[in-house]
Amino acid sequence: MIIAERKPFAEIQGLVAGRRRVLLLGCGTCVTVCMAGGEKEVGVLAAELRMARQLAGEPIETVEDTVQRQCEWEYLDAVADKIMAADTVLSLACAIGVQAIAERFPQVRVVPALNTSFLGLPTEHGVWKERCQACGNCLLGKTGGVCPVARCSKSLMNGPCGGSQGGKCEVNPEIDCAWQLIYDRLSALGELDTLLEIEPPRDWRTSRDGGPRKIVREDLRQ
Amino acid sequence: MTDPTSDLAAFLPRIVAFTCQYCAYAATDLAGTLHRSYPASLRIVRLPCSGKLDAIHVLKAFEEGADGVCLLACSEANCHHIDGSKRARQRIRYLQALLREVGLEPERLAVITATSAMDGGVAQAVAELTEGIQKLGPSPLAKRT
Repeated sequence: MIIAERKPFAEIQGLVAGRRRVLLLGCGTCVTVCMAGGEKEVGVLAAELRMARQLAGEPIETVEDTVQRQCEWEYLDAVADKIMAADTVLSLACAIGVQAIAERFPQVRVVPALNTSFLGLPTEHGVWKERCQACGNCLLGKTGGVCPVARCSKSLMNGPCGGSQGGKCEVNPEIDCAWQLIYDRLSALGELDTLLEIEPPRDWRTSRDGGPRKIVREDLRQ
Repeated sequence: MTDPTSDLAAFLPRIVAFTCQYCAYAATDLAGTLHRSYPASLRIVRLPCSGKLDAIHVLKAFEEGADGVCLLACSEANCHHIDGSKRARQRIRYLQALLREVGLEPERLAVITATSAMDGGVAQAVAELTEGIQKLGPSPLAKRT
């Protein structure tokens, strides 16, 4: 899922400074699950903003709502009235949700309450870790299900490097060496021979190096 | 500017107390049964477990004008739901940081550990909390009539 975290409160206050009627719009998918921008977080941030502005002598009116997915226009259309009536939409979605609002409602001012961090998963309560960089050319089939692009600090295709010590990365001893994990996994699967194959230089055009990406499915297109 | 400590007796804070229905609520009940008096500052909200306390409950209480909020929780080692008390305390620390961001004193939010065998302990802890909040003065968000 997309992992995000809330921006510092002072920054959020700055984004809605001088605005009197703000719609706080949460998203019911990834950011709800990572507890950054769901219905509860919308309520907490709205209460904080109202109290801070009350104390500053500049009361603010907040409207709260959460749609199932901010990254699809159909869901935004369902709350179009609230979006259009707001001075500013404070989106608690990932950056895709913020841009979906900006594209669908070009006359509306929308600002982000979250920093979109990475694609990852929860590994324990309150801890999320990166697992994918959306490089557009998945090689997990060769690496035992461990991604060297996202999890090796250097994104090495033929690791490990000399900085791997005791299964940890030289960049930060809290980071597991991805290539140690790959070796361990392939060893357990009896597929160590896979590592004898040298991975050639990678074509990064499927990643960000080719500019903004697009997928077109003619079978689904109208 | 008025000194909030100048007339403490005249200011009885409104404190919303969220209590776990097990040890903590029993402790307040026992204090009453034993006729231990404590300040009439508390408005008790009973929860199935202190771990049920949500951030929005606390913020709503402050927004509605509470001078203080406290959580009466069982000891961490004696939680009927194993981790509820521990998680509630983590949530309180998080909320204290939020209050600071908003501009309210984090000391207005406190945890009191209570066991069902405490008699005077709860009454004394509530009295101390009340006194602490009296020194801070009324919440600037309080709407007094």
